[in-house]
Amino acid sequence: MGRPADPALTSAPGGGRIGELGRLWRTFSRNRVAVLGLALVGLVAAASVGAPILTSRSPYEQRAQERLQVPGERHLLGQDTFGRDVLARILFAGRVSLLVGLGSVVLGGAIGCVMGLVAGYAGGYAENAIMRVVDVLMAFPSLLLGLTVLAVLGPGLGKMILAIGLVLAPAFARVMHGAALALQRREFVEAARSAGATTPRILGIHILPNVLGEIVVLASLWTASAIRVEANLSFIGLGVSPPTPTWGNMIRDGTPHLLNAPWLSVFPGLAILVTVLAFNLLGDGLRDVFDPRLRE
Amino acid sequence: MPKYIAQRLLLSVPVFLAVVTIVFLVVRVIPGDPATAALGDYASKEAVDALRERMGLNASLPVQYGRFLRDLVRGDLGMSMITGASIRDQIAHALPYTVELTAVSILIGCALGVPVGVYTAVRRNRLGDYVGRVLSLTGLSVPAFYFGILLILLLAIWLQWLPAVGGGASDDAVDRSRHLVLPALTLGLIMTASVARLARSAMLNVLAQDYVRTARAKGLRERAVRLRHALRSALVPIVSVTGIWAVSLIGDSVTVEVVFARPGLGKMMVGAILQRDYTALQSVMVVYTGFVVAINLATDLVYGWVDPRIRH
Repeated sequence: MGRPADPALTSAPGGGRIGELGRLWRTFSRNRVAVLGLALVGLVAAASVGAPILTSRSPYEQRAQERLQVPGERHLLGQDTFGRDVLARILFAGRVSLLVGLGSVVLGGAIGCVMGLVAGYAGGYAENAIMRVVDVLMAFPSLLLGLTVLAVLGPGLGKMILAIGLVLAPAFARVMHGAALALQRREFVEAARSAGATTPRILGIHILPNVLGEIVVLASLWTASAIRVEANLSFIGLGVSPPTPTWGNMIRDGTPHLLNAPWLSVFPGLAILVTVLAFNLLGDGLRDVFDPRLRE
Repeated sequence: MPKYIAQRLLLSVPVFLAVVTIVFLVVRVIPGDPATAALGDYASKEAVDALRERMGLNASLPVQYGRFLRDLVRGDLGMSMITGASIRDQIAHALPYTVELTAVSILIGCALGVPVGVYTAVRRNRLGDYVGRVLSLTGLSVPAFYFGILLILLLAIWLQWLPAVGGGASDDAVDRSRHLVLPALTLGLIMTASVARLARSAMLNVLAQDYVRTARAKGLRERAVRLRHALRSALVPIVSVTGIWAVSLIGDSVTVEVVFARPGLGKMMVGAILQRDYTALQSVMVVYTGFVVAINLATDLVYGWVDPRIRH
C-alpha cells in the first residue's frame, strides 16, 4: 500500500505501515460483506486460473455426434452446438473476463488518476480543459462509449481492454481531481512545498497515498462494471474472436437454442452474475472499511 | 423557475455540441481508417481511395467538421455506406420503438424503486430490508441482456404469457404493447434495483435528522413524518442520481433490443457496427446524444421542482 510519508497515515498511535495495514485488515475481516466478496472473487479467480486442473476436458474439442447434450454425469453442464463441454468453456472464459476487468481498471485508473491529479494540482486552463471533457464523457452511457470506441478499434483482447479502460478513465479522473483539490490546501502539503518538494513528489508521495483507499474501493466497483461491459460487448459480437470462449459470446451462441437447450445461455450468465456480484460486494465492504462513517 | 428552465435549456446546447464533437473525433482520430475498415483488409488501394473520397475523408479535419455540423443542422444524416438507404428514414422508423421502451422502463424504475427504497429504509435490518437489499445488489450485478434472457425463458417459453421477440405489428396497439412488456420489465426492474438502493440510503440519511425527530415529537403520525417530511427532502438526492441511472439504462437498451430482436436504435447501431457502416453509426450516436441530453434536462427540471431552494 502507500508509503508512510504522510501524517494522515502515520500519526495514529502505533503508526507505521505495518500497524496501519494490520488495523485495516482487522476492520476488513470483521466486515461480513467484504469477506464474502473477497471469498467469491478468490473462488472465481481460482476456478479460471486452475481451469486445466478442475476439468480434464478441452474447451475447444468438438464432438459433432454429441451436440446439444443435456447436462449429465459425463458433462456436468451439458454440451454446446459443436459438442464442446460447457463447463470447461465457462472455466476458461473466466480468464478473459478477469483479464479484461482488471486490465481495463488498471489502465483506466492510471490514465484517469494522472488526468485528475494534473487537473487538480495545475489548476487554471489545463484544469478547465480536462475536467470539462471528463464531465461530457461521464454524462454519456459507458456502454455506448465503449461500443463506439471498440467499433473503430476492431475486435481483440487488447483493444477491448483499451476501449473499456478509456471509458473508465473519466470516473477516476473526477475522484482524483476532487481529492487533489481538497488535499493541496492541507498543512502537510504546504509544508512539503515550502520544504522544496517538487510537484511530482508532492503528488506521488503526499497526495496519492491519501486517496488510495477511495481508489481501491472504486477500482473494485469498476472492475464489476468493466466485466459487465465486457460481457455486453462480447454478447454483441465485438469481443475476443471465436473460438476463444467468453461468457458473453457463449450466451450469444446459446440464444438461438433457448427453446431446446437453455443451459447454453443460463450457466455462462450465472458465471457473469456471480463474478460481478463478487466485485460489487467486495467494493461495498471495502467502502465501509475505509470510511467508518458509512458503516452501519 | 422560468429563468432556471431557460438556463438549463441553454446549458444543454454546449453539452450536445461537445458530445457530438467527441463522436466525430472518435470515428476519425482513433487509428484505423473507416474506409479500409468498411472494405476489409484485402481491398485494393484504388477502392479504398474512392470510398475515402466519397465519404469526404480526404478533406482536412476542420472542413470535415464544418460539413458534419452543417448537415446536422439541416437534419441531413446522409446515406448508409453499405445499403445506400437514407439514414434519416431508418432512424425515423427505429426511434419510436426505442422511445417507448426507454420511457416505460424509466417509469417502471421510478415507480417501483422509490417505494421499495422507502420500505427497506423504514424496515431497516429486518427481513424485508435484507431481501430488498440482496435483490437490489443482484439487480446491480446482472447484465441487462442476461436478465432479458431469463425473463424470456420464464414468461415467454415456460409460462407462454407473452411474446418473446419482435416489436409487434406497428398498427396494432395491443400487439405492440404486449411486445413491449418483457423488454420494458427487463430494463425497468434493473433500474428499480439501483433506484431502490439509492432511495434507501437517502431515506436513512434523512430519517436520522433532527427535524424528523421534531416532527415525531410534535405528535405527527408516522406515515406523515415519513412521506411529507422525510421523503420530501430525500427526493432531492434521489432525483439527481436517478437521472444518471436513466442515462445508463439507455446504454443497456442496446443489448436488450438485440436480445428481443426489437426494431430500434440499438439494433440499428449494432448492425452499423457489425457492417462497419460508420456514417450510420455516427448518426445513431448523434440521436443517442440527443436522448441523453433530453434525460439530463428532464432530470434538472424535476430537480428544480422538488428542491425548494431552486424552485423559489
